[in-house]
Order: sequence, then C-alpha cells, then structure tokens
Amino acid sequence: MTINGKAYIAGAYEHPTRKAVGKSLAQLHAEVAKGALDDAGLTKDDVDGYFCAGDAPGLGGLSMADYMGLKLRHMDNTETGGSSYVVHVGHAAEAIAAGKCKVALITLAGRPRAEGMSTGTAPRNYGIDAPDVAFEFPYAPTIVNMYAMCAKRHMYEFGTTSEQLAWIKVAASHHAQHNPNAMLRNVVTVEEVVNSPMIADPLHRLDCCVISDGGGALVVVAPEIAAKLNRPKIKILGAGEAPKHQMGGRIDLTYSAAAASGPAAFAEAGIKPSDIKYVSIYDSFTVTVLIQLEDLGFCAKGDGGKFVSDGNLISGVGKLPFNTDGGGLCNNHPGNRGGMTKVIEAVRQLRGEAHPAVQVANCNLALAHGTGGSLGTRHAAGTLIMERV
Amino acid sequence: MSELRKIPAPHVEEETRAYWDGVDAGKLLLKFCRSCNSAHHYPRSICPHCGSDDTYFTETSGRASIYSFSILRVAPIPYAIAYVTLEGTDVTMMTNIINCDFDALEVGQPVKACFVETEGDGPVVPMFEPA
Repeated sequence: MTINGKAYIAGAYEHPTRKAVGKSLAQLHAEVAKGALDDAGLTKDDVDGYFCAGDAPGLGGLSMADYMGLKLRHMDNTETGGSSYVVHVGHAAEAIAAGKCKVALITLAGRPRAEGMSTGTAPRNYGIDAPDVAFEFPYAPTIVNMYAMCAKRHMYEFGTTSEQLAWIKVAASHHAQHNPNAMLRNVVTVEEVVNSPMIADPLHRLDCCVISDGGGALVVVAPEIAAKLNRPKIKILGAGEAPKHQMGGRIDLTYSAAAASGPAAFAEAGIKPSDIKYVSIYDSFTVTVLIQLEDLGFCAKGDGGKFVSDGNLISGVGKLPFNTDGGGLCNNHPGNRGGMTKVIEAVRQLRGEAHPAVQVANCNLALAHGTGGSLGTRHAAGTLIMERV
Repeated sequence: MSELRKIPAPHVEEETRAYWDGVDAGKLLLKFCRSCNSAHHYPRSICPHCGSDDTYFTETSGRASIYSFSILRVAPIPYAIAYVTLEGTDVTMMTNIINCDFDALEVGQPVKACFVETEGDGPVVPMFEPA
C-alpha cells in the first residue's frame, strides 16, 4: 500500500506567541487546533482522528480529546521528539488510506521559555530505566555539546568550516526579517555568527536555534473532504521515517536517520531531490541542516559545507530556498520541537501564502524534514513530500 | 588543567553490575558476544548486533583515541565531553576527557582510561586523559 495521493493537508496554523505566560499547555493545544480547523474550513466535530506526541499533557491524546471534546475513531500518540509531527502526517495519511479516519488533527504546543527551561545547555536525565543513562548522564551530555560533536567530526572528516555552517544562519536570518512573529529579525553576517560567543566548540551562540513557546497544528483529510473545501489542495506524495542510534557502539556522527527516511519518502513520491522547489529542514543547530541536506540527497556526503555557502539557501538568491519563515534558528522552536513548523511553512509555500519577499515562484513540490532526539546519541527522522495540485 | 565538576552517580542494575565492579577495581570492561564474536557498549545481557544471550565481559587495554569532542564553555565548570574509540575494537563510547588542556585536544588523539569518584556512595566512572 502507498499513501501517495491518499490524503491532503487542508489546514495549518502556527501559534503567534513566543512566550506563553498565563496560558496552560492544554489551552495552547486547543488554540492551535482551532486555528488549523478554521484555516481548513472545518470544525472540531468533523475530526475523527487525533495525533499528538510527548508534549501533550497528561495521558496525551486521551487528555486532549477530553479537553477539546473530540469524538474519535482513531488516535496515535507516536513520540519521536521534534520530528513527531512530520511522522504524524505520514501516519495520518496511512490511517486515512486504511479507512480508519477522514479528518485527522495533529497538534503541538510547549512553553519551555515561560518555564525557564535550560533547553540546550543542561544535561537531561531521562530516568534510571533508560538503559543508556548510567553510561551517559555522568558525562553530562547536553543537546548542544552532542550536536557540537557531530559538527566537530564532520569538520574532521570533510573539512567543513565554521564559516560554511554560518551561512545556514545567515540564510535563515534573511528570511526572518520578513516575519513579524520571528524572535530574531536582524539579518546577520557570516562574521557575526563566527564571532558570537562559543557555546560548545565548534558551535557558537548564533549556530543555535531559539528557545520559544507556542505550537502549531495541521489538518490532514481524505481526498473527498479536500475536494469540498475552499483551500488550495496540498497532496501528500510520500513519507519516510527512521530511527538511528549508537548501533551498540559503532557510532558514526557524520550522517543522520535522514539517510533512510529521505530515500523512502522520495521512492514513495516517485520524484527526486532535484525536483523539489522548497525545503523545510530541521534546524536545531546549523550543523543539523548541513548533515540532513546531505543525507536527503541534495548534495553528496561531505559536500554540505560548499552547498550551503554563498546564499544557496536564501529564497530568490540560491538554488534551494529553505526555512523561509526563519526556521528554528530565527523564528521559533515551539516546545523545543521544530517538526510542526517545518510542515506549516512548506504548506504556506505550496499554497503561495508565504511572505511575498520569500515566496518561491511556481512552488509545486516541497519537502519537510524533521529530526527528534539528538543526532549525537539516538534520534528519529521524518521526511514528508507534498505537491500542490 | 581543568577543574572537575561533581559527577552524578550512575544507577547500577544487576545486568551491568560486573561493569561497575570492574571500574571500581580500576579495569575498563567491555561486553562481548560469543555468537557473533563482536563487542558492544553500553553493556547488555542480549547482544544488540545478533540477538544472542551468550555475552560476557572482557577487560580492555583502557587505551583509546578521541573520535570527537566538545567543550561546553558556558557550563558553570566547563568540561570536555567526548566519544572515544577503544583500542583494537570497533566500539566508541561516551566519556569525559580530563587532566588536559581543553584547547590542545584533537580528534584522533590517544587517550587512556582513568577512574573518577562520583557523588554519594555510587561507583567510580571511567573517564579518559591524554596518553
């Protein structure tokens, strides 16, 4: 069975907040759900499938179905960290193709900023039952120093430079200047990135994404529902998902799970990387983008540094416009989980609803890619390919 | 030379007790599988490579080379996290590099195991220092 052509993205909504003081987590989920359903021209009573991940409060889908008053016949709480919502779109298409639901709602929300969370620089203890914790937590792995080790190894093997990584932030900042909701709207230069304070060698402060509150939601529907709605039709062509871990100690930090999820998505979609007009690429750090672009086949392994340089990712300038909302690097990273906003901006591009200054001309094919967990230890990737029809 | 932060004690399961007893005795042990004749880390009762439960611990030389590393400059006490590849094996493990000049560390640099006290009554943990 394939999901190619079996489902459409009919609704998308990004919460405008970046610091959600005074709002509960459940409230944020419900606000983004309402936003996406309004965008699609549907109501909560049309929803018969619901998808959420570990950011949802309480018992996840059950708690949120209760809060929002959803009457469901399909529910999926797949948790792959920040890539969950990219994976959910594929799962929603599968459920629709199998006749398990017709209107699938996917929500994300989080408030790490309001809670004062040290997202990237404090070691996270996933609990004594996590089998890796005894062998890792004493060494204080954090999000940033683990991604830094990926960057360091990539530099060692392929000669990648900090200046090349900086071009990724520069491109994101060029896009963010046009987004009134973006946290960082100033255009930055390569020099400003490499001269910003060192956080964890070789990653500087401006190699890192923002920490923000907020969220987003998507509505995925069956073809007969999409046909009745007064919205551009965004067809799902293919989806891939894959975990990558330490393989019992055979560690290779130079590639990500995108090397598996990407080819699976392209095979299902029946297209190749050079057909893609716009990409949303998970950007927890600059190096995250570089490794994933290579793994997805937009350039050869090791050539990512050259590929991202000289504005090649800037809309209207380069060959592969990326993250035209400013991405996690400049716009937002709601709940420390960037997969949802990756899909939302790809939908905007395909609809022709991105900011005019960054809208890609004739954008009929787009890819959204997410990574959850840590590239430095264990993570899961989701790749989604969509077409405007 | 680097100041050392407080090291949280690892939680010891029966499955991994021999490993921690080893480091307490100043030995870095590695789990091997008789069925596929390969090593893995962190140690499991069932081999993650082939699925066999015929696994056993063996002592390593304690020598390794740095696969990658990073200094968390913004930590209250900056420290070097690293992955090191154990000599004569295809196993790379997470660790800290200590007793070193952070700015002189390099990928590929030879290092050797040392053993560091943790908080409370927990076992010592293996770390590495320049060889």
